[in-house]
Amino acid sequence: MHYEIIRRWLDETPTTALSVKRREAEFLFRRTGVTFSVYAEGGDRERLIPFDIIPRVLDFAEWQQLSRGLKQRVRAINEFIRDVYHSRQILRAGHIPPELVLHNEAFCAEMQGFDPPQGVYVHIAGIDIVRTGPGGFVVLEDNCRTPSGVSYMLENREAMMRLFPDLFARHRIAPVSHYPEDLLDTLKSVAPPNCKSDPVVALLTPGSFNSAYYEHSFLADEMGVELVEGPDLFVDDNVVFTRTTKGPKRVDVIYRRIDDGYLDPLTFRPDSAIGTPGLFNAYRAGNLTLANGVGTGIADDKSIYPYVPRMIRFYLGEEPILENVQTWCCWDGDDLAYVLDRLPELVVKEARGSGGYGMLIGPQATKTELADFAARLRARPGDYIAQPTLALSTCPTLVDAGIAPRHVDLRPFVLSGGKEIRIVPGGLTRVALREGSLVVNSSQGGGTKDTWVLEG
Amino acid sequence: MRLIVRHRTTYSYASPVFAAIQTLRLTPRSYEALAVHRWSVRSDQRRPLPSFTDGFGNITHCHSVVQAHTEATIFVEGEVETTNTFGIVRGATEPLPPMFYLRRTPLTEADEAIQAMAGEIVSERSPLKRLHALLNLVRERVDYRIGATDPSTTAAQALAEGAGVCQDHAHLFIAAARHLGVPARYLGGYLWTGVESQDYQASHAWAEAFVPDLGWVGFDAANRICTTEAYIRTSIGLDYWSASPVRGVRRGAADETLAVRVQVEQAGQEQ
Repeated sequence: MHYEIIRRWLDETPTTALSVKRREAEFLFRRTGVTFSVYAEGGDRERLIPFDIIPRVLDFAEWQQLSRGLKQRVRAINEFIRDVYHSRQILRAGHIPPELVLHNEAFCAEMQGFDPPQGVYVHIAGIDIVRTGPGGFVVLEDNCRTPSGVSYMLENREAMMRLFPDLFARHRIAPVSHYPEDLLDTLKSVAPPNCKSDPVVALLTPGSFNSAYYEHSFLADEMGVELVEGPDLFVDDNVVFTRTTKGPKRVDVIYRRIDDGYLDPLTFRPDSAIGTPGLFNAYRAGNLTLANGVGTGIADDKSIYPYVPRMIRFYLGEEPILENVQTWCCWDGDDLAYVLDRLPELVVKEARGSGGYGMLIGPQATKTELADFAARLRARPGDYIAQPTLALSTCPTLVDAGIAPRHVDLRPFVLSGGKEIRIVPGGLTRVALREGSLVVNSSQGGGTKDTWVLEG
Repeated sequence: MRLIVRHRTTYSYASPVFAAIQTLRLTPRSYEALAVHRWSVRSDQRRPLPSFTDGFGNITHCHSVVQAHTEATIFVEGEVETTNTFGIVRGATEPLPPMFYLRRTPLTEADEAIQAMAGEIVSERSPLKRLHALLNLVRERVDYRIGATDPSTTAAQALAEGAGVCQDHAHLFIAAARHLGVPARYLGGYLWTGVESQDYQASHAWAEAFVPDLGWVGFDAANRICTTEAYIRTSIGLDYWSASPVRGVRRGAADETLAVRVQVEQAGQEQ
C-alpha cells in the first residue's frame, strides 16, 4: 500500500528526530508569517495553525477517481446555480422544494437572468471530503463562496520539501506549486465580454484584519496581480478602475475574498465600508468578472447540500461518483422524528452558518446539551440538518506522546475556467489534533498536513 | 390615456463631493396596460447613462460622477399610453416567480399587531375580497401624514405610529398579505392625479399582490383603490429597500439639499 513509504520512513526515523523537524517546521512558518486569526476567542488573534510533519498520502488511482468525482460535482453545482437564476427547471421538475431555494437568504434575486462570463459561477470551489471506509470518499460540504486554505496547501508543501528533501527525491510526489498559475489562467479565461485586451486581474481583500489576509496577500503575490481593498477601486460608467500613481487603470477580473453582502454598498449592505460602490452594476453590465460569482451561496447552503446528488443526475444524466454523507433534513416531518429519536448518535448542524460553532455532536454531548438541542430542533426544524457520526479515517500524526492516529479530512481546490476544470493534485488535509476529535476546523483546534498524491 | 412625465432632481452640496454614484430605477417597461412611447434618463454632468436590466426586471441606469462637484441634476422625461385594467397586470416581464415574493424582509416583517390586523380580514371569502378589505384596513389604521416616518420606517413601526406616507401604506399592505400567504411586492413609480399636484404625490409607491386566476394586481392602499390608467410602474422589489427608485453612495460633503420637481400630465393639456 502507498502508506508503506510513510511507515518505512517513520520506522527509520527516531521520534526525537521527528520532534526536531517539527520545531524546525514551526520556525519556518513563523518566519514566513503564515497565520490564521480565530474568531470568538480572546487573547492573541494571530495564531499559527499547527502543522503536522507526517504527510497524508493518496495513491494515483484513488486520486484520479476522486478528481473525476470532484469535477462532476462542480459541473453540476455550476449548472444548478445557472438554473436557479434563470428558469429554475430543477424546481419545476420537483427535485428540490422551491421554497428551500426561493426563500433562502443565499438566493440572490439581483442575479436573476444574468449570465456571468463564460457561464462560470464557481471559479474556485473547496470541496470538503472525508473517507469513511476503505472504499470511498464522501463529500462533507461544498464551499462555493470564498473558500480559503489553499495557501496552507502550498506552504505545507514548501516546508516539507525543505525539511525532507530526500523523501521528495526518492518518491514521485505530484507537484502543487503551479496552483497560482492555474488560478491566474482560470481568472483570465473568464474575462468579461467587454474586455478587448489582456485582462487585468486584481485580488480584492477585506483588509488586514481579516482572518485570511495572509492568504490574500500570498496569492496576489504569487500570481503577480495587485492586492486591493474596496477603497482602492472606483466605478465610473459601470467600469471598474483601480487608483494608481499613474492614474486610473481599468480592472477586468476581480478575485474577491469579500462576502456578497459587503461587496458593494450601492447594491447590498449600505453600511459596508470594505466594498466598492457600483461593483455589482459593473458586473451586470458585462464590464467586470467577479470570481466567485455573486449568489453562489445558494449551492453550498447546508439545506441544499442533500440535493447535490440529484443535481448530478438531473443536469448531467450521470450517477454521482462521490456520494454525500447521509443527511436528514429536519424540515421533513419523518426525518425530524428520526433525528429526535436518535439524537445521541447524530451530528446536528445549522443549515446556515459555518465554522463548526453551532453544531451538536450527539455522542459527546451531555444530557442537558441534548435536551437543549432537541428543543431548538422542535422550535425551528427548518434550520437544521443531521448526519450520522462518521467513522472518519485517521492518519498517523505526530503528537506529544509520539505517533498516533488522528482524524483527517481533505479540501481539494477545484478551478473552473472558461474551457476546463483543473485540480491541483491533493489539496489541504486538515487534522483533528485532539484525541478522538472529529472537528478539523482550525478555529476548533485543528491542524494541517501536507497531502501527497503519488504518481505512477 | 397619454401621459407625459417630467421629473427633475437637483442635488446641491455645501462643500464639494468627490465621488457620487447612483442606481436609478426610473424607467417604465411596456406591458398590456402601458406602452412606452419615449423615455429618457439623463444627467447634466455628461454622456448618456449606461443601463442594464436588474434581477427584478427593472431598467436600471447608473449615474456616476468621479470629479469634485457641488451640484448634479438628473432629468427623466417620457411619454406613455395607458389603459385602465383595474389593477390587473398582464403581459409584463416576470423574471421571478410569485413564491419569491413571500420572502420576509426587515421592512415588511409582520409583528403581532400586523398579524392581528391581518386576522381581521380572513373571514372574507375570496382572496380578492380579502385584499380589498386589507386595502381599506391599512388606510384606516395609518393616517396620511408627511414627516411621521422616514425611508427606514418598518411596516410595524408605521402601524404603531398610526401615520405615514404611501411607502408605509405599501409596506404594511405587503407585510399583512405575505403573512396571509399571499405573494406581495413593492412598486415605485409615477401617478397622474388630474390636478396640478404636489411633487410628493406624483412620485408614488404602492403594492401588487398575486391573486389566483388574475395574476398580479395593483393595490394602492394610500388612495384605497386598485391601480388605474393613472399609474406608471418604474420599479419592482420586495420592499422600498430593494425597489428604491434612486439609491446612491457619495464621498465628501454631508450637507445635501435636494430639489425635486415631478410633473405628470395628460398629453395635450400640458401647462
